[in-house]
Amino acid sequence: MKRLRITIGAVLLALAATPSMAQNLRIGLQEDPDVLDPHRARTYVGRIVFTSLCDKLVDINSKLEFIPQLAQSWSWNADNTVLTFKLRTDATFHDGAKFDAAAAKANLDRAMTLQDSLRKSELTSVAKVEAPDAETLVLTLKQADATLIAQLSDRAGMMLSPKTFNDQDPAAVGRAPVCSGPYKFVQRVQNDRIVLEKFDGYYNTKDFSFKRLTFLPIPDTTVRLSNLRAGDLDIVERINPSDAAQVKGDANLTLSTVAGLGFQQFRFNIGNGERAKTSPFKDKRVRQAFQLILDRNVINEVIGGGLFEPAQQPFPPASPYSSDKFPVTQRNVAKAKALLKEAGVERVKAELMFGNNTTTSAMAEMTQAMAAEAGFDLSLRPTEYAAMQKEAIAGNFDVIIIGWSGRVDPDGNIYGFLTTKGALNDGKYSNPDVDRLLGEARTVNDTAARKALYDQAQTIIQDELPQINIYFQPWPFAVQKKIKGFVPYPDGMIRLKGVTAG
Amino acid sequence: MLKLILRRVLVAIPTLILVSMIVFGLQKILPGDPVLTLAGEERDPAVLDYLRDKYRLDDPLPMQYAAWVGQVLQGDLGRSLRTDVPVTTLIAQKLPVTLQLAVMAMFWALLIGIPAGILAAVKKGTKVEYGANVAALSGMSIPNFWLGILLIMLVSVQWRLLPASGYVPPSQDLWLSFKTMLMPSIVLSTALAAYLMRHTRSSMLEALNADYVRTARAKGVSPRGVVLRHALRNALMPIVTLVTLLFGELLAGAVLTEQVFTIPGFGKLIVDAVFNRDYAVVQGVVLVVAAGFIIMNLVADVLYILINPRLRHA
Repeated sequence: MKRLRITIGAVLLALAATPSMAQNLRIGLQEDPDVLDPHRARTYVGRIVFTSLCDKLVDINSKLEFIPQLAQSWSWNADNTVLTFKLRTDATFHDGAKFDAAAAKANLDRAMTLQDSLRKSELTSVAKVEAPDAETLVLTLKQADATLIAQLSDRAGMMLSPKTFNDQDPAAVGRAPVCSGPYKFVQRVQNDRIVLEKFDGYYNTKDFSFKRLTFLPIPDTTVRLSNLRAGDLDIVERINPSDAAQVKGDANLTLSTVAGLGFQQFRFNIGNGERAKTSPFKDKRVRQAFQLILDRNVINEVIGGGLFEPAQQPFPPASPYSSDKFPVTQRNVAKAKALLKEAGVERVKAELMFGNNTTTSAMAEMTQAMAAEAGFDLSLRPTEYAAMQKEAIAGNFDVIIIGWSGRVDPDGNIYGFLTTKGALNDGKYSNPDVDRLLGEARTVNDTAARKALYDQAQTIIQDELPQINIYFQPWPFAVQKKIKGFVPYPDGMIRLKGVTAG
Repeated sequence: MLKLILRRVLVAIPTLILVSMIVFGLQKILPGDPVLTLAGEERDPAVLDYLRDKYRLDDPLPMQYAAWVGQVLQGDLGRSLRTDVPVTTLIAQKLPVTLQLAVMAMFWALLIGIPAGILAAVKKGTKVEYGANVAALSGMSIPNFWLGILLIMLVSVQWRLLPASGYVPPSQDLWLSFKTMLMPSIVLSTALAAYLMRHTRSSMLEALNADYVRTARAKGVSPRGVVLRHALRNALMPIVTLVTLLFGELLAGAVLTEQVFTIPGFGKLIVDAVFNRDYAVVQGVVLVVAAGFIIMNLVADVLYILINPRLRHA
């Protein structure tokens, strides 16, 4: 018996003795990234991996201002149609090849011509790219494009080693990407892990303290958090708002959260197909009444655990384009009822479609209850995400709750949704004035002048309400206390410069 | 014997064809559009068209099916729509994982289920039998995902004894690999052990009441000898079939267990692929799993004949 006890004790001890891995930073992601080729990639989690793997021409700081990365500086010509970059001279790709203007040109050309490049639409304004000398990169535009710098601060501006481009097998790049970031690619096992290793040839290698990064996709939020609490992970992204209190109460963990660039919104079917003709929401007064029943603060506190910052505008508070002219609308049932009466409808029957997950379901149920008080009879239709996307495009809805991950440039948060031909305009809202204003705002580089245009557009949009924003998508990270120096950015990326294991 | 196996293999072919057709058809009925999940948030119409064309999603269904079957016959299961990785590579990556989980789970199930079944049969009507029955019922009815999360909370978060989830290949670190697989395999084995216990018990009870057992007793064989040598041998026959079939099922991946413990096996691969509308992966994996299942059935048949000499002449 005694021997058995000793044996059990020894086994338990052996089980508990996990080797410490301070050199390895383990990051828990909510899903498995898609293909690791910046020109063909599309997922948010993929961008988190790219942030350590692939340097870009420019980066952003936490105030959404553009800062140098592979480009040391940039300048525009007088009519904003020629953009000239001065590039770093000390950057190398992970395969040892030197980064220069010719390499940058090869990348941009690939991004604009590769058949299944998802960057084409981001670079449509670029007419040609030239590399007059090794440190100078010149982009000549078809017309002024204020959104371009922001595009180049993301995947469109990421640089791969041109040696790896393979016309016979364009997919090869994504299986073993060779970039110039602080970490190089080691291995990927789909649905399991992506491993990166510190690149000693990086120009700023001393600012990065971890030898190895391991990205582990763990879709279940509870399990992801459990792994962190068990010490098997160091950073996890997107914890459940309802778990925020638990993280704060854990002496070993820090909650690090920031209002992101993205938002959740109600999108109405105004002109998409047959369904729109009978939709009660084709009358703008009904949409206005719908906004008045909404209490964004309650949604924030009850469902968001205080992380769901109420959103009226498509631009987050950190953005210079956020305007103080459009404060968050407060709930007012009496006014909502009056508007419905004016519109000649006492009871509004409509269907609310939403993605079938815990948070959105709770929000849909809460909306249903809040709306009922003013005379809305909302029926709920939880739908699996991929199916909902298709229904939305087909116009098979009255109103949907749908999210957007957000873009650094304001255009990305508004143009596609509200212009007549916008690819994301599921409700087929159309107003020539809005089209004109948003189109013009794309071409103006001056922040104040551009903001004036967005303010004008918003005046119309906030009255006609083709969509109602609910809250800004937060990026809540939970981090081990021993990890020092981690700062969350509004774009939700994990930047490891200056982050240490304490 | 060889003839029998050959006949079984021939019968399996139409089954496989049917399975492939059903999977192919059902997937297309799924709401949602793979191209939309592929094209990214922006859904650039030009990209949508290009992708639709690339994966021939506008072709009529029979043509798509024919093209796929043509590929499969050449050993090419296509490429993941999401990551461009060949499906055969994915399967080669995931098969050892699922196999390890299945073998370990089956090991625990056999270790617990069969002795418990024997004990319950021998000690019929005692507390031991009731205990075993209650344990079996719990094993069958406690949901795996719940038990899994509970174990993670206790063993990994509270006591910090085992890794909470993930997978480490045995080739990399045998001990760590065992530690990581311990909880998931135990969780997965609960229901299996319960099934095995119930079947062993009933089949043992039957055997213990048989004439040859009475004869053995009358001959003066020790109680232990009666149970183990005479009753158990005969009672195990249906259990062998059950085990092979259950093992075949395990190869399809333990969807919930793999999801909770984030084990990159077949189950997780299929679930993720369905959510991403990664048709090529779903088709390829289901086909391989179906083939595996059919093979396990065949193995069950052969084992049965080996154990039961009477069938050899049938």
